[in-house]
Amino acid sequence: MSQLIWNGLFVGSFYALVALGYSMVYGIMKLLNFAHGDIYMLGAFTGFAILGAVGGISPGMALPALLGVLVVTMGVTGLSGVLLERVAYRPLRNAPRLSLLITAVGASFTLEYGMRAAAGADPQVYPLRLGGTSAEILGARITLQQIALIIVAVALMVGLNLLVTRTREGRAMRAIALDPRTSALMGINVNAVISRTFFLGSALAGAAGVMAGAYYGKIDFLMGFLIGLKAFTSAVIGGIGNIPGTMLGGLLLGLLESFGTFWLGGEWRDVFAFGVLILFLSVRPTGLLGERVTERV
Amino acid sequence: MATLEVEALDVHYGGVHALRGMSLTVGEGEIVALLGNNGAGKTTTLSAVSGLVRPTAGKIVFDGADVTRARPEAIVRAGLVHVPEGRRVFSTLTVHENLQIGGYLVRDQAEIRKRVDRVYSLLPRLAERRTQQGGTLSGGEQQMLAIGRALVSGPRLLLLDEPSMGLAPLVVASVMELVREVNAEGVSVLLVEQNAKAALKIAHRGYVIESGACVLGGSARDLRGDSRVVEAYLGGL
Repeated sequence: MSQLIWNGLFVGSFYALVALGYSMVYGIMKLLNFAHGDIYMLGAFTGFAILGAVGGISPGMALPALLGVLVVTMGVTGLSGVLLERVAYRPLRNAPRLSLLITAVGASFTLEYGMRAAAGADPQVYPLRLGGTSAEILGARITLQQIALIIVAVALMVGLNLLVTRTREGRAMRAIALDPRTSALMGINVNAVISRTFFLGSALAGAAGVMAGAYYGKIDFLMGFLIGLKAFTSAVIGGIGNIPGTMLGGLLLGLLESFGTFWLGGEWRDVFAFGVLILFLSVRPTGLLGERVTERV
Repeated sequence: MATLEVEALDVHYGGVHALRGMSLTVGEGEIVALLGNNGAGKTTTLSAVSGLVRPTAGKIVFDGADVTRARPEAIVRAGLVHVPEGRRVFSTLTVHENLQIGGYLVRDQAEIRKRVDRVYSLLPRLAERRTQQGGTLSGGEQQMLAIGRALVSGPRLLLLDEPSMGLAPLVVASVMELVREVNAEGVSVLLVEQNAKAALKIAHRGYVIESGACVLGGSARDLRGDSRVVEAYLGGL
């Protein structure tokens, strides 16, 4: 039982990290960035390339190495996200929503098959595994590395939430989400803030990619497709555009999957996850924490 | 030297020729009213001045500097701030956050705090509601908040687009009183209004705009007495 909860929270924190970028971009420009899952894939491959270049890592150094790789990867995927927005989305800023959506799907394929061309179609074995000593906590087997990763994930999420709710930059993001034109009249450089939003979201996805590579042990060029959809599901469950809601949605989806797998069997996991998506879209499309904006005119 | 000089401005939206040789000036410390019917080009004039739309011809000079093709944030930084039509308060941000957003380009946190406090002392109603979401305020309060937010930017010229829109007469009077107080502190004002009567009460000068160009200009007193203005905009009083 507690093992199921733990597994669910652990996988859920990946989902939440990826979902945040989805949610932020949706919040600020009402774009479903279907290429976001592929940024996560890019993160996993970036980490893979860095680890390959560094060479063998002794088991004792696995955790510090992982953290170092995480930081570098976040920078790389963050910049990739900025580039993606600049090249694929900004020229369509005033185009109909549907054009933007189709472009996002195209960007997704470009990243996936670009990576296949660069790294090959076969899955790669991640050179860094999270094994090591495990501890028995409340009946669940937990490795110290897992604890470290979840601390990193939570720290990233808390940091992001503080940034959005407390800082000048976060206020500007929320203002643009509500009304980009008026935000420009406040002296906010809307394009620059959107770029920084893409950076943050993509950096978080990149971090999740490295963590997933180290956790599952295998990566391939299509790994972002499913997690992109799962992240979307998380965002919808929690309330897309709502940061705490999105985190909650990710954790909840992780738990649902963990229990669903246990009760129904592993082959039902994705059926279960997307069943929940359909349920939420039809019953509560604003998600758990999403609220309708009350506005007087 | 005038604070704002607009010279022979042309603006096209797609195929629509919205401004055709629009010219006006706002002097230091003046309130200038811009009157006209719907679609005459009042809002387009303000949007061109604040950098939201690109003019196709003409020139905009603010404080001696050519800002015709300047970006909106550069124009705000120069001290020219546009309060848009319909107030456009950020509805899910609190009153306090709305005011802070006005100081987005101000790096000095202490200065932002000082300006926000000044707005609160000018508009105590906002101080009472500082933690409320902007969208929950009444129309008049939202208009006060929109003007207060612009004041935090530290403007030397305010562009106000229809501040009286949708407000009860008593509330219109208090908004106009606020504009007069702000002006008394040395901020020049370009006031776009359909409510010509309210605008000409506080303005020093005014222009009448039709089909994208000024057709009439003069002191507020002259305009109030001009038969064409009285007939078209003051309800034949």
